Amino acid sequence: MTIHTRMDDADRRNRLDDMAQGVLSTAMDRPDGPLKVSGRAPYAHEVQPEGMLHGVFVRAPRIGRVVSLDDAAARAMDGVETVVTDDRLLRNPAQGTANEAPVQGPREVFYVGQPIALVVARTFETARAAALSVGVEIADAERAPVAPQDYDSPDKKQSSQGDLDAAMRDAAVTVDRMYTTPAHSSAPMEPHAAIAEWDGDRLTLRGSLQMLKFNRNELADSLGIDPKNLRILSPYVGGGFGSKLGVAPEAVAAAIAAQETGRPVGVALSRQQVFEATMRRSETRQRVRLAADAEGRLTGIGHDAWVSNLPDESYSEPVTQATPFTYRGENRVIGHHVARVSRTCAGSVRAPGEAVGITVFEIAMDELAHAAGIDPVELRRRNIPDRDPTKDIPFSSNMLAQALDAGAAAFGWDDSRPAPGSRREGEWMIGQGMASAVRVNNLAEAKARVTLNPDGTALVETDMTDIGTGSYAILTQIAAEMLGLPPERVEVRLGDTDLPPGSGSGGSVGASSSGSAVFLACQGVRERLAEAMGVAETDLTLKDGQAIADNRSTPLGDVIDGPVEALGHIEPGKTSKAVRQATWGAYFAEVAVNSVTGETRVRRMHGTFAAGRILNAKTARSQCLGGMTFGIGMALTEELMHDARDGHVVNRDLAEYHIPVNADVPQITVELLMEERDPWTNPMQAKGIGELGICGAAAAIVNAIHQATGVRVRDLPATLDKVMAGLED
Amino acid sequence: MRTTLTINGATHDVDADPRTTLLDALRNHLGLTGTKKGCDHGQCGACTVIADGRRINSCLTLACMMDGVEITTIEGLGEPGDLLPLQDAFVRHDGYQCGYCTPGQICSATAMLDEVAQGWPSVVTDDLTGDASLTDAEIAERMSGNLCRCAAYPNIVDAIKDAADRTADQREAAE
Ligand code: FES
Ligand code: FES
Repeated sequence: MTIHTRMDDADRRNRLDDMAQGVLSTAMDRPDGPLKVSGRAPYAHEVQPEGMLHGVFVRAPRIGRVVSLDDAAARAMDGVETVVTDDRLLRNPAQGTANEAPVQGPREVFYVGQPIALVVARTFETARAAALSVGVEIADAERAPVAPQDYDSPDKKQSSQGDLDAAMRDAAVTVDRMYTTPAHSSAPMEPHAAIAEWDGDRLTLRGSLQMLKFNRNELADSLGIDPKNLRILSPYVGGGFGSKLGVAPEAVAAAIAAQETGRPVGVALSRQQVFEATMRRSETRQRVRLAADAEGRLTGIGHDAWVSNLPDESYSEPVTQATPFTYRGENRVIGHHVARVSRTCAGSVRAPGEAVGITVFEIAMDELAHAAGIDPVELRRRNIPDRDPTKDIPFSSNMLAQALDAGAAAFGWDDSRPAPGSRREGEWMIGQGMASAVRVNNLAEAKARVTLNPDGTALVETDMTDIGTGSYAILTQIAAEMLGLPPERVEVRLGDTDLPPGSGSGGSVGASSSGSAVFLACQGVRERLAEAMGVAETDLTLKDGQAIADNRSTPLGDVIDGPVEALGHIEPGKTSKAVRQATWGAYFAEVAVNSVTGETRVRRMHGTFAAGRILNAKTARSQCLGGMTFGIGMALTEELMHDARDGHVVNRDLAEYHIPVNADVPQITVELLMEERDPWTNPMQAKGIGELGICGAAAAIVNAIHQATGVRVRDLPATLDKVMAGLED
Repeated sequence: MRTTLTINGATHDVDADPRTTLLDALRNHLGLTGTKKGCDHGQCGACTVIADGRRINSCLTLACMMDGVEITTIEGLGEPGDLLPLQDAFVRHDGYQCGYCTPGQICSATAMLDEVAQGWPSVVTDDLTGDASLTDAEIAERMSGNLCRCAAYPNIVDAIKDAADRTADQREAAE
């Protein structure tokens, strides 16, 4: 039986609140935890079949056209099996949900570091040495410049309402500033990897991938095979943050090499290749214009963004995604401009759009608060709109005010607006800053199968992935709650394309979409149980393996004599357009800036977040911690640098691309507004929380630096040199 | 090239290319994939193992140099159903998300707690000759060789503190 729901209407039944098991929303430990802390959870490159060969990519040392590839030395090495230069090799990974092959062909080089051949050998050591020995000759060819020059402004990405110029002219207070954010790398700790094994014309691929139902089609299309003949396994993913949304060069190369050699082939990217041959977040230039009356009420907003990508990539960082609805202001201009460049492909990095868009916007809001002489928290409060001011539709829920108030209280926000640079402790200058958090909320189609057994165990199956987000935990909890089972009686199987297609992990849709599919499947199982007991489903209580109705409590085994199975199927519907759906929050940070060195230390950081029903208080909190820490990196250290001559990524390792380390991160506190239920989102009234924690986090720190020092950094990250230069002025 | 490796108390004869790192020997030759490769350059700590009691980056060590060294990997520390207090604390405090840096964190923390017990100071220790106390700052400083992109850092600090406290309590109770 299939229970199918299209979200065409609000669901205010709050069915989960009627359940009795009491495990949902709790801070339950992850069921996958013991495997992870004991090193027993198998990641992509860790189930190595007997006789597996190792593949290592040859990288393009410059852009142009490959004229010759001298692999004689490589082939002469003992243990080298083949050198793959197949036309099907990918130029770059597929974009998220592409569902088809990205640009292919290893002869045309569009960025330095593009994989152009795969050397396959019996050992990793030989393959690596052989790959380095390959001589590559590249001739000039017509290519985009290595740094952004000319920008296109696609019509459908520009919008305007009212008269912003007039609003700016008539305003009591204005801000009109340019800001920049550099390119970022997801830098998941597990480098992208794949192991391919053919059995006749059937391919099994173990990969490190986020969205399997799309990845299957992307890989099949890349190889020219029927997706039915392809199974992808990705039960554990060592972090993704967007970089593993689409199928990537290693998977295609491993599959081709395995076919050529007739042996299983494993390819694991080196850290350097992760930086230069997967995805980067585009650098952005952003102009923000704000017009406000004397009380700080916004009358006009302008937000223009300049970003870049490779030729023939339709994706461009959606910087202004949340600008149309976050704050009030009847006059509004939004611009989006894209340059073609010969650089590593630009794609999704955690919270594409808001991560950099809200961050910059919230710095501009801080500038407005200072210009208007208004407490920054109060300024935001005054600008919360009643409805989406662009589309003139209601919000499904807007929790920004609550998040601001609760966050300020929890942090101990000082609203006395001390003068910048007025608080000192020895050579350290102390300041506080804050920012709002906003992220659009979406629902994606997802399916899941749930089987309840008479012995009171249940099995949940979907190709959904867990990239650290907590899918194993929350899907266990949803099923346990709906079926009245202790969580240890529920098994969740993920990351296998043979299972019903879930949503995949991306765009914060995973928990609410795949979770809703599990919810619906459980609904189906409950209906069967209710039928067997002769009661209405709503009169049935399930708890601790007992079915309770009509004052009877019956063990499940007496209600069903065989497994009961149901498929849940959720689809987005009219509610995604009828109302504006978003998640909300507020960040607060206290920094100490060294007056001698310009170094910034984050002393305290707090976030309050609202994302509908919280499914697991522990994993949701961890997602927010992770996002806020990305924010610390974005504020202070993270910057992908491209060489001005050939565009190559200069700092392509973890010693030079500085993600936050333990000592950079204080004991961040997170508060989740647990009471929110958003009826428009899905039958669980839950929203995504995986990306909310990064959407503006860096602004709280940059704003705190300003409070501490009077230095306004508008070009992220706020490295020592920029702070020092400001201090000297 | 033949090397005898002693891992988690068992000896293994490994016949591997002399360029094979200890990390690749574990992962590719011995099937001990609990030790992770995050960078292969000593920059991330995912490959941390304990060699004769000290934490090392196994990607920076050739397997053939480890003859006669007692190596402990995550597989030697505890298993599901029989986790060590530190591992259990990581689960309770959610000291991980994707789990990829986690074996390195746990091996590193195990040796780190030993360093503290032996009175080794760190850069944030106030009194270089006195006992180092396990403050949040001490733990964060000493664990900064182990990157976590999921950024479970605050939880990792809590987990380590919790496990250290429990072990201390147990020691006291035993005395
Ligand atoms: S893999 Fe050894 S330190 Fe990163
Ligand atoms: S748990 Fe994912 S990198 Fe640490």
